Amino acid sequence: MSNTSEVRIQINGEVFERHVEPRKLLSDFIREDAALTGTHVGCEHGACGACTVLLDGEPVRSCLMFAAQADGMVLETVESLASTPANLHPIQEAFWEKHGLQCGFCTPGMLLTTKALLEKNPDPSEDEIRQAIAGNICRCTGYVFIVDAIKDAAARCSSEGDR
Amino acid sequence: MKPARFEYLAPTSVEEAVSLLVEGGEDAKLLAGGQSLVPLMNLRLAQPSVLIDLNKVEGISSITESEDAVVIGSMARHRAVAESEVVRRFLPLLAESAGHIGYPAIRARGTIGGSIAHADPVSEFPCACLCLHAEFVLTGPAGTRQVRAEDFFVSYLTTALSPDEILTEVRFPKPSPGLGWGFLELARKTGDFALAAVAATVALSPDGTCSEASIAVAGGGDRPLRMVEAETMLKGNQGDDVIARAATAAATSSNPPSDIHSSGDFRRQMIEVLTRRVLTAAWGNARRGE
Repeated sequence: MSNTSEVRIQINGEVFERHVEPRKLLSDFIREDAALTGTHVGCEHGACGACTVLLDGEPVRSCLMFAAQADGMVLETVESLASTPANLHPIQEAFWEKHGLQCGFCTPGMLLTTKALLEKNPDPSEDEIRQAIAGNICRCTGYVFIVDAIKDAAARCSSEGDR
Repeated sequence: MKPARFEYLAPTSVEEAVSLLVEGGEDAKLLAGGQSLVPLMNLRLAQPSVLIDLNKVEGISSITESEDAVVIGSMARHRAVAESEVVRRFLPLLAESAGHIGYPAIRARGTIGGSIAHADPVSEFPCACLCLHAEFVLTGPAGTRQVRAEDFFVSYLTTALSPDEILTEVRFPKPSPGLGWGFLELARKTGDFALAAVAATVALSPDGTCSEASIAVAGGGDRPLRMVEAETMLKGNQGDDVIARAATAAATSSNPPSDIHSSGDFRRQMIEVLTRRVLTAAWGNARRGE
Protein backbone atom coordinates (compact mmCIF):
# COMPACT_ATOMS: atom_id res chain seq x y z
CA MET A 1 0.00 0.00 0.00
CA SER A 2 2.79 2.41 0.75
CA ASN A 3 3.72 2.33 -2.91
CA THR A 4 5.84 5.23 -4.00
CA SER A 5 5.69 6.89 -7.34
CA GLU A 6 8.14 9.05 -9.19
CA VAL A 7 7.22 12.67 -9.61
CA ARG A 8 8.88 15.44 -11.58
CA ILE A 9 8.03 18.89 -10.38
CA GLN A 10 9.62 22.06 -11.64
CA ILE A 11 10.14 24.50 -8.80
CA ASN A 12 11.62 27.94 -9.49
CA GLY A 13 13.07 26.69 -12.77
CA GLU A 14 14.73 23.61 -11.30
CA VAL A 15 13.31 20.14 -11.88
CA PHE A 16 13.02 17.93 -8.81
CA GLU A 17 12.63 14.22 -9.51
CA ARG A 18 11.82 12.20 -6.41
CA HIS A 19 10.08 9.04 -5.30
CA VAL A 20 7.26 9.93 -2.95
CA GLU A 21 4.47 8.26 -1.07
CA PRO A 22 1.07 9.27 -2.43
CA ARG A 23 0.16 10.83 0.90
CA LYS A 24 3.07 13.25 0.83
CA LEU A 25 1.65 16.75 0.75
CA LEU A 26 3.02 19.17 -1.81
CA SER A 27 4.02 21.50 1.05
CA ASP A 28 6.13 18.73 2.58
CA PHE A 29 7.63 17.89 -0.81
CA ILE A 30 8.70 21.50 -1.23
CA ARG A 31 10.24 21.69 2.25
CA GLU A 32 11.66 18.18 2.66
CA ASP A 33 12.40 16.86 -0.82
CA ALA A 34 13.25 20.12 -2.56
CA ALA A 35 14.74 21.60 0.65
CA LEU A 36 13.02 24.93 -0.01
CA THR A 37 11.97 25.91 3.49
CA GLY A 38 10.74 29.38 2.58
CA THR A 39 7.28 27.87 2.13
CA HIS A 40 5.83 27.77 5.63
CA VAL A 41 3.29 25.31 6.94
CA GLY A 42 0.94 26.70 9.56
CA CYS A 43 -2.37 24.94 9.99
CA GLU A 44 -1.89 22.20 7.36
CA HIS A 45 -5.58 22.09 6.65
CA GLY A 46 -6.11 25.01 4.34
CA ALA A 47 -7.14 27.67 6.84
CA CYS A 48 -4.09 29.91 7.22
CA GLY A 49 -2.60 30.50 3.76
CA ALA A 50 1.04 30.39 4.92
CA CYS A 51 1.88 27.57 2.49
CA THR A 52 0.53 29.41 -0.58
CA VAL A 53 2.62 28.82 -3.71
CA LEU A 54 2.03 29.60 -7.37
CA LEU A 55 1.01 26.59 -9.45
CA ASP A 56 1.15 27.38 -13.15
CA GLY A 57 0.92 31.02 -12.04
CA GLU A 58 -2.12 30.68 -9.78
CA PRO A 59 -2.02 30.83 -5.99
CA VAL A 60 -2.80 27.48 -4.37
CA ARG A 61 -2.45 26.03 -0.90
CA SER A 62 0.33 23.51 -1.08
CA CYS A 63 -0.97 21.71 2.03
CA LEU A 64 -4.18 20.84 0.14
CA MET A 65 -2.45 19.03 -2.72
CA PHE A 66 -0.49 15.84 -2.84
CA ALA A 67 2.94 15.99 -4.44
CA ALA A 68 1.83 13.25 -6.83
CA GLN A 69 -0.82 15.60 -8.19
CA ALA A 70 1.79 18.21 -9.10
CA ASP A 71 3.72 15.77 -11.31
CA GLY A 72 4.71 17.62 -14.45
CA MET A 73 3.60 21.00 -13.13
CA VAL A 74 5.46 24.27 -12.67
CA LEU A 75 5.68 25.82 -9.22
CA GLU A 76 6.98 29.10 -7.89
CA THR A 77 7.82 29.48 -4.23
CA VAL A 78 8.97 32.53 -2.28
CA GLU A 79 12.58 31.68 -3.15
CA SER A 80 11.81 32.60 -6.76
CA LEU A 81 11.20 36.24 -5.95
CA ALA A 82 14.65 37.64 -5.09
CA SER A 83 17.38 36.95 -7.64
CA THR A 84 20.02 37.35 -4.92
CA PRO A 85 19.68 38.11 -1.20
CA ALA A 86 20.78 41.66 -1.97
CA ASN A 87 18.42 42.05 -4.89
CA LEU A 88 14.89 41.80 -3.59
CA HIS A 89 11.76 41.65 -5.70
CA PRO A 90 9.83 44.97 -5.68
CA ILE A 91 7.07 43.27 -3.65
CA GLN A 92 9.64 42.25 -1.04
CA GLU A 93 11.13 45.74 -1.02
CA ALA A 94 7.68 47.17 -0.43
CA PHE A 95 7.01 44.79 2.47
CA TRP A 96 10.39 45.73 3.97
CA GLU A 97 9.91 49.46 3.45
CA LYS A 98 6.33 49.56 4.78
CA HIS A 99 6.88 47.13 7.68
CA GLY A 100 4.51 44.62 6.10
CA LEU A 101 5.75 41.87 8.41
CA GLN A 102 6.70 41.26 11.99
CA CYS A 103 7.44 37.61 12.76
CA GLY A 104 7.48 36.74 9.07
CA PHE A 105 5.63 33.45 9.29
CA CYS A 106 2.78 34.46 6.98
CA THR A 107 5.04 36.50 4.70
CA PRO A 108 5.86 33.89 2.01
CA GLY A 109 2.14 33.31 1.45
CA MET A 110 1.42 37.04 1.52
CA LEU A 111 4.14 37.77 -1.04
CA LEU A 112 2.98 35.14 -3.51
CA THR A 113 -0.69 36.03 -3.06
CA THR A 114 0.32 39.63 -3.77
CA LYS A 115 2.26 38.60 -6.86
CA ALA A 116 -0.76 36.75 -8.25
CA LEU A 117 -3.04 39.68 -7.40
CA LEU A 118 -0.84 42.28 -9.09
CA GLU A 119 -0.45 40.17 -12.21
CA LYS A 120 -4.23 40.12 -12.62
CA ASN A 121 -4.92 43.55 -11.22
CA PRO A 122 -1.91 45.93 -11.33
CA ASP A 123 -3.73 48.74 -9.53
CA PRO A 124 -5.98 47.19 -6.88
CA SER A 125 -8.16 49.25 -4.56
CA GLU A 126 -7.76 48.80 -0.80
CA ASP A 127 -10.93 46.71 -0.83
CA GLU A 128 -9.59 44.46 -3.57
CA ILE A 129 -6.31 44.07 -1.66
CA ARG A 130 -8.14 43.08 1.51
CA GLN A 131 -10.31 40.62 -0.45
CA ALA A 132 -7.23 39.07 -2.04
CA ILE A 133 -5.37 38.48 1.24
CA ALA A 134 -8.44 37.47 3.25
CA GLY A 135 -7.24 33.86 3.17
CA ASN A 136 -3.77 34.68 4.46
CA ILE A 137 -3.84 34.94 8.21
CA CYS A 138 -1.40 37.25 10.00
CA ARG A 139 -1.45 37.31 13.78
CA CYS A 140 1.10 40.13 14.22
CA THR A 141 0.40 43.16 12.12
CA GLY A 142 -3.33 43.74 12.12
CA TYR A 143 -2.93 43.87 8.33
CA VAL A 144 -2.68 47.68 8.15
CA PHE A 145 0.99 47.73 7.15
CA ILE A 146 0.52 44.71 4.89
CA VAL A 147 -2.15 46.59 2.96
CA ASP A 148 0.18 49.63 2.81
CA ALA A 149 2.96 47.37 1.54
CA ILE A 150 0.78 45.90 -1.21
CA LYS A 151 -0.26 49.39 -2.34
CA ASP A 152 3.40 50.33 -2.44
CA ALA A 153 4.24 47.09 -4.26
CA ALA A 154 1.62 47.89 -6.90
CA ALA A 155 3.22 51.30 -7.46
CA ARG A 156 6.73 49.81 -7.62
CA CYS A 157 5.72 47.03 -10.01
CA SER A 158 3.90 49.36 -12.38
CA SER A 159 6.75 51.89 -12.43
CA GLU A 160 9.10 49.00 -13.11
CA GLY A 161 6.90 47.98 -15.99
CA ASP A 162 7.12 51.53 -17.35
CA ARG A 163 10.89 51.54 -17.39
CA MET B 1 2.90 12.63 7.39
CA LYS B 2 -0.49 14.11 8.01
CA PRO B 3 -2.89 11.86 6.09
CA ALA B 4 -3.18 8.11 6.61
CA ARG B 5 -1.80 5.83 3.88
CA PHE B 6 -3.80 5.39 0.71
CA GLU B 7 -3.44 4.09 -2.78
CA TYR B 8 -3.41 6.91 -5.35
CA LEU B 9 -5.03 6.42 -8.75
CA ALA B 10 -5.24 9.03 -11.48
CA PRO B 11 -7.57 7.85 -14.26
CA THR B 12 -7.83 9.84 -17.49
CA SER B 13 -11.40 8.98 -18.50
CA VAL B 14 -14.77 8.93 -16.77
CA GLU B 15 -15.24 5.24 -17.65
CA GLU B 16 -11.91 4.36 -16.05
CA ALA B 17 -12.73 6.43 -12.98
CA VAL B 18 -16.10 4.70 -12.56
CA SER B 19 -14.59 1.23 -12.81
CA LEU B 20 -11.85 2.16 -10.31
CA LEU B 21 -14.57 3.47 -8.01
CA VAL B 22 -16.47 0.18 -8.28
CA GLU B 23 -13.27 -1.84 -7.69
CA GLY B 24 -12.23 0.37 -4.79
CA GLY B 25 -15.41 -0.42 -2.91
CA GLU B 26 -16.57 1.32 0.21
CA ASP B 27 -13.28 2.93 1.20
CA ALA B 28 -12.57 4.51 -2.17
CA LYS B 29 -12.98 8.26 -2.38
CA LEU B 30 -12.99 10.66 -5.30
CA LEU B 31 -10.61 13.62 -5.19
CA ALA B 32 -11.78 16.70 -7.07
CA GLY B 33 -10.31 20.08 -6.05
CA GLY B 34 -9.40 18.74 -2.62
CA GLN B 35 -10.32 21.91 -0.75
CA SER B 36 -12.69 20.05 1.60
CA LEU B 37 -11.47 16.44 1.37
CA VAL B 38 -7.75 17.06 1.88
CA PRO B 39 -8.27 19.07 5.11
CA LEU B 40 -10.37 16.15 6.38
CA MET B 41 -7.60 13.73 5.36
CA ASN B 42 -4.90 15.87 6.97
CA LEU B 43 -6.89 15.79 10.20
CA ARG B 44 -7.47 12.06 9.63
CA LEU B 45 -11.20 12.58 9.90
CA ALA B 46 -11.29 10.94 6.46
CA GLN B 47 -9.04 7.94 5.80
CA PRO B 48 -9.89 6.56 2.37
CA SER B 49 -7.85 3.50 1.42
CA VAL B 50 -8.07 4.36 -2.27
CA LEU B 51 -8.01 7.90 -3.61
CA ILE B 52 -9.21 8.38 -7.17
CA ASP B 53 -7.99 11.71 -8.47
CA LEU B 54 -10.31 13.22 -11.07
CA ASN B 55 -7.92 16.03 -12.04
CA LYS B 56 -6.52 14.16 -15.03
CA VAL B 57 -9.91 12.99 -16.33
CA GLU B 58 -10.49 14.55 -19.71
CA GLY B 59 -13.65 16.25 -20.87
CA ILE B 60 -15.26 17.13 -17.55
CA SER B 61 -14.08 20.66 -16.92
CA SER B 62 -15.44 22.67 -19.82
CA ILE B 63 -18.15 25.33 -19.69
CA THR B 64 -20.37 25.33 -22.77
CA GLU B 65 -23.79 26.55 -23.87
CA SER B 66 -26.42 24.85 -25.95
CA GLU B 67 -29.61 26.37 -27.25
CA ASP B 68 -31.45 26.03 -23.98
CA ALA B 69 -28.81 25.20 -21.37
CA VAL B 70 -25.47 26.11 -19.86
CA VAL B 71 -23.45 22.98 -19.19
CA ILE B 72 -20.58 23.04 -16.71
CA GLY B 73 -18.25 20.08 -16.32
CA SER B 74 -17.95 18.96 -12.71
CA MET B 75 -14.18 19.65 -12.61
CA ALA B 76 -14.56 23.30 -13.62
CA ARG B 77 -12.79 25.37 -10.96
CA HIS B 78 -14.63 28.03 -8.97
CA ARG B 79 -12.50 30.68 -10.58
CA ALA B 80 -13.33 29.42 -14.08
CA VAL B 81 -17.03 29.52 -13.23
CA ALA B 82 -16.74 33.02 -11.76
CA GLU B 83 -14.87 34.35 -14.79
CA SER B 84 -16.65 32.45 -17.60
CA GLU B 85 -18.26 34.74 -20.19
CA VAL B 86 -21.09 32.25 -20.69
CA VAL B 87 -21.80 32.02 -16.98
CA ARG B 88 -21.63 35.78 -16.47
CA ARG B 89 -24.00 36.35 -19.35
CA PHE B 90 -26.64 33.72 -18.62
CA LEU B 91 -26.11 32.87 -14.95
CA PRO B 92 -24.79 36.01 -13.24
CA LEU B 93 -26.14 34.68 -9.96
CA LEU B 94 -23.87 31.64 -10.22
CA ALA B 95 -20.83 33.78 -11.07
CA GLU B 96 -21.57 36.03 -8.10
CA SER B 97 -21.95 33.06 -5.74
CA ALA B 98 -18.62 31.60 -6.92
CA GLY B 99 -16.85 34.78 -5.86
CA HIS B 100 -18.00 34.19 -2.28
CA ILE B 101 -16.36 30.77 -2.01
CA GLY B 102 -13.25 30.92 0.15
CA TYR B 103 -10.22 32.82 -1.10
CA PRO B 104 -8.33 33.16 -4.40
CA ALA B 105 -6.22 30.10 -3.60
CA ILE B 106 -9.32 28.04 -2.79
CA ARG B 107 -11.09 29.20 -5.95
CA ALA B 108 -8.08 28.27 -8.07
CA ARG B 109 -8.42 24.61 -7.05
CA GLY B 110 -11.95 23.96 -5.81
CA THR B 111 -14.45 22.58 -8.32
CA ILE B 112 -18.18 23.01 -8.81
CA GLY B 113 -18.73 19.24 -8.79
CA GLY B 114 -16.71 18.79 -5.63
CA SER B 115 -18.65 21.48 -3.84
CA ILE B 116 -22.00 20.02 -4.91
CA ALA B 117 -21.07 16.42 -4.08
CA HIS B 118 -19.66 17.47 -0.69
CA ALA B 119 -23.05 19.08 0.04
CA ASP B 120 -22.09 21.30 2.92
CA PRO B 121 -25.41 22.97 3.80
CA VAL B 122 -23.77 26.42 3.97
CA SER B 123 -22.02 26.11 0.60
CA GLU B 124 -22.74 28.64 -2.13
CA PHE B 125 -22.98 26.39 -5.19
CA PRO B 126 -25.62 23.97 -3.87
CA CYS B 127 -27.77 26.99 -2.91
CA ALA B 128 -27.27 28.67 -6.30
CA CYS B 129 -27.97 25.39 -8.15
CA LEU B 130 -31.21 24.94 -6.25
CA CYS B 131 -32.31 28.49 -7.05
CA LEU B 132 -31.38 28.15 -10.75
CA HIS B 133 -33.14 24.76 -11.25
CA ALA B 134 -29.90 22.92 -12.05
CA GLU B 135 -29.79 19.27 -12.95
CA PHE B 136 -26.84 17.05 -12.14
CA VAL B 137 -25.57 14.34 -14.47
CA LEU B 138 -24.39 11.33 -12.47
CA THR B 139 -22.32 8.69 -14.23
CA GLY B 140 -22.14 5.14 -12.90
CA PRO B 141 -21.45 1.65 -14.19
CA ALA B 142 -24.93 1.47 -15.75
CA GLY B 143 -24.60 4.79 -17.58
CA THR B 144 -25.82 8.25 -16.69
CA ARG B 145 -28.87 9.63 -14.96
CA GLN B 146 -30.00 13.17 -14.28
CA VAL B 147 -31.12 14.32 -10.87
CA ARG B 148 -32.67 17.71 -10.16
CA ALA B 149 -30.95 19.83 -7.52
CA GLU B 150 -34.22 19.70 -5.58
CA ASP B 151 -33.97 15.91 -5.29
CA PHE B 152 -30.18 15.72 -4.91
CA PHE B 153 -29.46 17.24 -1.52
CA VAL B 154 -30.64 14.79 1.12
CA SER B 155 -29.12 15.96 4.39
CA TYR B 156 -25.90 17.23 5.94
CA LEU B 157 -23.07 16.10 3.58
CA THR B 158 -25.46 13.53 2.10
CA THR B 159 -26.70 13.42 -1.49
CA ALA B 160 -28.50 11.20 -3.97
CA LEU B 161 -25.13 10.05 -5.37
CA SER B 162 -24.65 6.29 -5.17
CA PRO B 163 -21.25 5.07 -3.96
CA ASP B 164 -20.41 3.96 -7.53
CA GLU B 165 -21.43 7.21 -9.24
CA ILE B 166 -19.50 10.31 -10.23
CA LEU B 167 -21.04 13.74 -10.68
CA THR B 168 -19.83 14.63 -14.16
CA GLU B 169 -21.91 17.58 -15.32
CA VAL B 170 -24.05 20.40 -14.01
CA ARG B 171 -26.77 21.61 -16.39
CA PHE B 172 -28.57 24.90 -15.99
CA PRO B 173 -31.60 25.79 -18.07
CA LYS B 174 -31.03 29.17 -19.73
CA PRO B 175 -33.16 31.69 -17.89
CA SER B 176 -35.76 33.76 -19.69
CA PRO B 177 -34.49 37.19 -20.75
CA GLY B 178 -34.92 39.90 -18.17
CA LEU B 179 -34.89 37.57 -15.17
CA GLY B 180 -33.95 39.49 -12.03
CA TRP B 181 -31.50 37.96 -9.61
CA GLY B 182 -29.69 38.46 -6.35
CA PHE B 183 -27.23 36.61 -4.15
CA LEU B 184 -26.10 37.71 -0.70
CA GLU B 185 -24.11 36.02 1.99
CA LEU B 186 -23.26 36.76 5.60
CA ALA B 187 -19.99 35.38 6.94
CA ARG B 188 -17.84 36.32 9.92
CA LYS B 189 -15.14 37.48 7.56
CA THR B 190 -14.52 37.60 3.81
CA GLY B 191 -14.22 34.09 2.43
CA ASP B 192 -15.25 32.36 5.63
CA PHE B 193 -18.02 29.78 5.72
CA ALA B 194 -21.40 31.46 5.37
CA LEU B 195 -23.59 31.85 8.42
CA ALA B 196 -26.39 32.22 5.90
CA ALA B 197 -26.71 32.92 2.19
CA VAL B 198 -29.75 33.58 0.02
CA ALA B 199 -30.16 33.29 -3.75
CA ALA B 200 -33.25 34.49 -5.57
CA THR B 201 -34.57 35.10 -9.07
CA VAL B 202 -37.68 37.06 -9.99
CA ALA B 203 -39.50 37.30 -13.33
CA LEU B 204 -41.85 40.22 -13.83
CA SER B 205 -45.09 40.53 -15.82
CA PRO B 206 -45.69 43.62 -18.00
CA ASP B 207 -47.61 45.21 -15.11
CA GLY B 208 -44.60 44.83 -12.79
CA THR B 209 -46.03 42.02 -10.69
CA CYS B 210 -44.07 38.86 -10.07
CA SER B 211 -44.75 36.05 -12.54
CA GLU B 212 -42.10 33.61 -11.29
CA ALA B 213 -39.88 33.52 -8.24
CA SER B 214 -37.23 31.15 -7.00
CA ILE B 215 -35.62 31.48 -3.59
CA ALA B 216 -32.98 29.21 -2.06
CA VAL B 217 -31.34 29.51 1.34
CA ALA B 218 -28.00 28.13 2.58
CA GLY B 219 -27.48 27.75 6.30
CA GLY B 220 -31.17 27.31 7.02
CA GLY B 221 -31.00 23.61 7.84
CA ASP B 222 -29.24 20.35 7.00
CA ARG B 223 -29.32 21.11 3.25
CA PRO B 224 -30.01 24.06 0.97
CA LEU B 225 -33.71 24.87 1.11
CA ARG B 226 -36.16 26.10 -1.52
CA MET B 227 -38.54 28.63 -0.02
CA VAL B 228 -41.74 27.53 -1.75
CA GLU B 229 -44.15 29.34 0.57
CA ALA B 230 -42.34 32.65 0.09
CA GLU B 231 -42.25 32.11 -3.68
CA THR B 232 -45.99 31.53 -3.78
CA MET B 233 -46.66 34.71 -1.80
CA LEU B 234 -44.75 36.77 -4.37
CA LYS B 235 -46.56 35.53 -7.45
CA GLY B 236 -49.03 38.04 -8.85
CA ASN B 237 -47.90 40.67 -6.37
CA GLN B 238 -45.43 43.53 -6.08
CA GLY B 239 -44.16 46.06 -3.56
CA ASP B 240 -42.06 46.21 -0.41
CA ASP B 241 -44.82 44.80 1.78
CA VAL B 242 -45.04 41.48 -0.01
CA ILE B 243 -41.24 41.26 -0.16
CA ALA B 244 -41.11 41.76 3.60
CA ARG B 245 -43.79 39.11 4.16
CA ALA B 246 -42.00 36.66 1.87
CA ALA B 247 -38.74 37.28 3.76
CA THR B 248 -40.49 36.54 7.04
CA ALA B 249 -41.91 33.35 5.53
CA ALA B 250 -38.42 32.27 4.41
CA ALA B 251 -37.10 32.80 7.94
CA THR B 252 -40.01 30.88 9.44
CA SER B 253 -39.48 27.99 7.01
CA SER B 254 -35.79 27.76 8.02
CA ASN B 255 -34.51 25.72 10.89
CA PRO B 256 -30.91 26.84 11.24
CA PRO B 257 -28.57 25.14 13.69
CA SER B 258 -26.80 26.85 16.60
CA ASP B 259 -23.03 26.53 16.88
CA ILE B 260 -20.03 28.46 18.20
CA HIS B 261 -20.27 30.96 15.33
CA SER B 262 -23.88 31.98 15.80
CA SER B 263 -27.14 30.97 17.40
CA GLY B 264 -29.88 29.51 15.25
CA ASP B 265 -32.09 32.51 16.12
CA PHE B 266 -29.51 34.94 14.81
CA ARG B 267 -29.16 32.94 11.61
CA ARG B 268 -32.93 32.93 11.17
CA GLN B 269 -33.07 36.71 11.57
CA MET B 270 -30.27 37.09 9.07
CA ILE B 271 -32.08 34.84 6.58
CA GLU B 272 -35.02 37.25 6.81
CA VAL B 273 -32.79 40.29 6.24
CA LEU B 274 -30.85 38.67 3.39
CA THR B 275 -34.03 37.42 1.70
CA ARG B 276 -35.55 40.88 1.82
CA ARG B 277 -32.43 42.48 0.35
CA VAL B 278 -31.95 39.80 -2.30
CA LEU B 279 -35.56 40.05 -3.46
CA THR B 280 -35.33 43.85 -3.58
CA ALA B 281 -32.16 43.55 -5.67
CA ALA B 282 -33.75 40.96 -7.98
CA TRP B 283 -36.79 43.19 -8.49
CA GLY B 284 -34.49 46.08 -9.22
CA ASN B 285 -32.52 44.37 -12.00
CA ALA B 286 -35.46 42.45 -13.53
CA ARG B 287 -36.96 43.71 -16.78
CA ARG B 288 -40.70 43.58 -17.28
CA GLY B 289 -41.90 40.83 -19.60
CA GLU B 290 -43.51 41.53 -22.96
